Amino acid sequence: MHHALHIKNGIVIDPKNGVKAEKMDIFVKDGKIVEESEIKGEDVKVIDASNKLVVAGGVDMHAHIAGSKINTGRTMRPEEMRVVRNIANKFRAAVGRVLLTSPAIGYEYAKMGYTSSFEAAQPPIGALHTHEELDAIPMIDKAALPVFGNWHFTFKYVEAKDIEKLKTFIAWALERTKGFGVKVVNPGGVEAWMYGGNVTSLDDQVPGFNVTPREIITSLIKATEELKLNHSVHLHCNRLGVPGNYETTVETIKLAKGFSNDARQVLHVTHVQFNAYAGDSWRNAASGAEEIAKTVNSMDNVTIDMGQPIFGHATAMTGDAPFQFTLHRLTGSRWSNKDSEVEGGAGIVPIVYLPKNPVHALQWAIGLELGLLVDSDKVVLTTDYPNGGPFTEYPYVMAMLMSRKMREGELANVSPYVQKATNLPAIDTEKTLEEVIHMTRSLPARVLGLPQKGHLGIGADADIAIYNLNPLEVDTSNDFEKVYKAFKTAEYTIKSGRILVKNGELVDEYWGTTYWVDATGKVDLEAIKPDLEDYFKYYSVELQNYGVEERWLRRPERIVV
Amino acid sequence: MEETVNVICTFCGSVCDDGLFDVEKFKSKRFCKLGSSKFSKKERIKAPMIDGKEVSYEEAIEKAAEILVNAKRPLLYGWASTVNEAIRLGVILTEKLRGVYDQCASVCHAPGTLAVIEEGLPGGTLGAIKNRADVVVFWGANPMEAHPRHGMRYSISAKGLLVKDRKQRKVVVVDVRPTKTAKLADEFIQIKPGYDYPVISALRAIISGNADAVPDEVGGVSKEKLVELAETMKNARYGAVLYGLGVTQSRGRDRNVENAVKLIQLLNRHTRWVIWPMRGHYNVVGAGEVPAWEVGYQYAIDFSRGYPRFSPAEFSAVEVLKRGDCDAALIIASDPAAHFPRAAVKHLKKIPVIQIDPFPNMTTLLANVVIPSAVAGIEAEGTAYRMDAIPLRVKKVIDTNYWSDEQILEKLLEKVEKLMG
Repeated sequence: MHHALHIKNGIVIDPKNGVKAEKMDIFVKDGKIVEESEIKGEDVKVIDASNKLVVAGGVDMHAHIAGSKINTGRTMRPEEMRVVRNIANKFRAAVGRVLLTSPAIGYEYAKMGYTSSFEAAQPPIGALHTHEELDAIPMIDKAALPVFGNWHFTFKYVEAKDIEKLKTFIAWALERTKGFGVKVVNPGGVEAWMYGGNVTSLDDQVPGFNVTPREIITSLIKATEELKLNHSVHLHCNRLGVPGNYETTVETIKLAKGFSNDARQVLHVTHVQFNAYAGDSWRNAASGAEEIAKTVNSMDNVTIDMGQPIFGHATAMTGDAPFQFTLHRLTGSRWSNKDSEVEGGAGIVPIVYLPKNPVHALQWAIGLELGLLVDSDKVVLTTDYPNGGPFTEYPYVMAMLMSRKMREGELANVSPYVQKATNLPAIDTEKTLEEVIHMTRSLPARVLGLPQKGHLGIGADADIAIYNLNPLEVDTSNDFEKVYKAFKTAEYTIKSGRILVKNGELVDEYWGTTYWVDATGKVDLEAIKPDLEDYFKYYSVELQNYGVEERWLRRPERIVV
Repeated sequence: MEETVNVICTFCGSVCDDGLFDVEKFKSKRFCKLGSSKFSKKERIKAPMIDGKEVSYEEAIEKAAEILVNAKRPLLYGWASTVNEAIRLGVILTEKLRGVYDQCASVCHAPGTLAVIEEGLPGGTLGAIKNRADVVVFWGANPMEAHPRHGMRYSISAKGLLVKDRKQRKVVVVDVRPTKTAKLADEFIQIKPGYDYPVISALRAIISGNADAVPDEVGGVSKEKLVELAETMKNARYGAVLYGLGVTQSRGRDRNVENAVKLIQLLNRHTRWVIWPMRGHYNVVGAGEVPAWEVGYQYAIDFSRGYPRFSPAEFSAVEVLKRGDCDAALIIASDPAAHFPRAAVKHLKKIPVIQIDPFPNMTTLLANVVIPSAVAGIEAEGTAYRMDAIPLRVKKVIDTNYWSDEQILEKLLEKVEKLMG
């Protein structure tokens, strides 16, 4: 194996470092990007990247790739496993249509030039399961975000307005779950589901506790900012999937006012497409994307991701258990549910997005509207895998954002309902290649708080993708098929300096790092010990047996804040 | 090591994690009868053996690798009583060998998995049930004998957040005979064997407002009684149906569970209900979850084409053996010689068999290569999934010369890879 790489004559786009399609060389040693002088005297492998696009490896900041939800999805949907992606040979057998096996997840990301992915909802008591699956995904770096928004400890400390204890609890929970940051799913709404209900506004009272979603969100932002965690609060809003919900989303985004952070946003609102509906029923539902985009664009401390639906099969799986039940009632499809101790819940329902279905077409159009109308520095490209569809279609979304012509072609094939219910047909914005690279690399890395990811500056992780696309020549407005094809399979994917993919084929297997954030040094864990000991009587496991030890993980990396 | 330590029980699917174990005296506390029998000194397989002759671990593993590599289609079966780390290696090994992976669920709770494929699994953790369930229905399940501490810890007399004690919880048992659990119940409903499906259908009809369609008696239960049960279910704040092998292994099998899941779907239109299987072995859930993430399916998986295929009527161990469709077998943490149908065991006797197990059993008698292993939870650590899929890391509290299942399989996989080149 070569310790050093010299990527020669590539056309580099590196938004974080202000490199806009410049012909330049990149040097790699010991898994990092280095100066040319560093590789002198090394056994250097030269990669000729002439006329090719060289960018940082893709960063997926929100996907459901590991844990009890996706695995229940696999169990419930054997029909998903008939697509054979790799026959066991040097590499593992890999199968799956949209739901993939763990090896297939790693392989498909790598083939697409993606090198990091974050599991977006880790049930805290199931943390060990999540980590077992993360450890079974080859090729990429990863992490998991435990869910806090319906955890009784959160309710209790928010109710008591005790931010110090809330901070301590967050630090304790991140350490125990080996989690990366604070995920919040339908705060209060999942607790209401335990009684058969949901919350309908930011000011509903959570059953059994004197708290509201508004208080939960603002308290968690405050605690997260005071702890200075890498990533901000990562919020799945209330009222997901309900016509008229865009107003709640706008109101929620504004809760970030009054908080600030020099390095990143203070609130990341996720898969916003599912929370961007106007109207009061599915009969008159319309897009609320414009209002949301206006709000996000007017603020400097909020980011979002798209949650773009892809026509075809998908599986809805979220910690938003009441929404999943609503979806089951709506579609009559299979439904799995998991109420989880005193922590929250989850649900799983198969879905299929059909272009001729007015609601599905509306959802598809709204996702794209968000991607086009929100500043490229504030919106990350996601499908909320597998909720909106496969991550393997990110290249489709990239190409669509860059080409009005491609959108026009697609619009001709979808339900005409989108013509009156959305503004997509009128939007002439075409994102540049540089913007789309930012939305899939440097932006998600910044949003997550990973300074070594998403760029090609000296000292960055040598996670690199090379695509068969010359940015100096390509006309992204018209050559959308070429763009799509180029991003679909990388010419080279390099992870931590190792060549994993060449000409779209796997050539090497690699086991990435699992990041977790340790904030315990900033708090006094003793302060919440009596509370934990007392309230654990409502758990079905002992406090001493709760959580995940670092030595049980394959390649953990502790980030101390 | 400390004298008395916390241990996590590795007997049944309850995986109680509040046990204490005196390492010096080899004595457990706070365990049920089943658990304490596992955590006591038992007869062990003394050493690795080839054809009855004692050999070293290395020799036995070498021989096992040869058998597996020379087989056209080996069956790798068992897995329910070992840890996920070993199961994962087993799945990878089976894939490499292009064999068949199957696990104990295929002869007990697999019909429940088929029902998940049809209708999903609207469930909750045992902690959710303990905290919230004011009505618990045991259907074809007898935890007082099969999961002795389940009732106390999670479901019958467990003290929870909203349901403070036994008095605030109504326990119903539906079974074909008065079981030990039935004696503790507030209500026992005895049904005729094989009538689970029609009884569930009757409940669905009553709850959906079609009581007229229900005859005066269904499966040995009067309509009056069924209406009463339906009312109890509808009026619950949070109910739980916990079903056992009485449902999955009687007439109707997966259809019974499917019907029960539909009942739960319906009930959730009125109030909150969950349903969950009472899984048997301590990590039978892991034996399904691990292959699900590694290769997409829970059991009955064939790799002969180099990729996984799932077909329960074709690739479950009993079917493969009955057809004579495997030419070697690795049996781990299980005893098919004692539990499988005669026709299946007959084929097992004909082919080379490798056994990995801490304890001797009927399968030991027909195994060509026997590899004893450490007891997970006492002598080896690893991850196990409780019946509700909550992961727990079982502990190593005693040193041993026995290799763990994980160590044995790691070495075996390494040998197989070497032999296959």
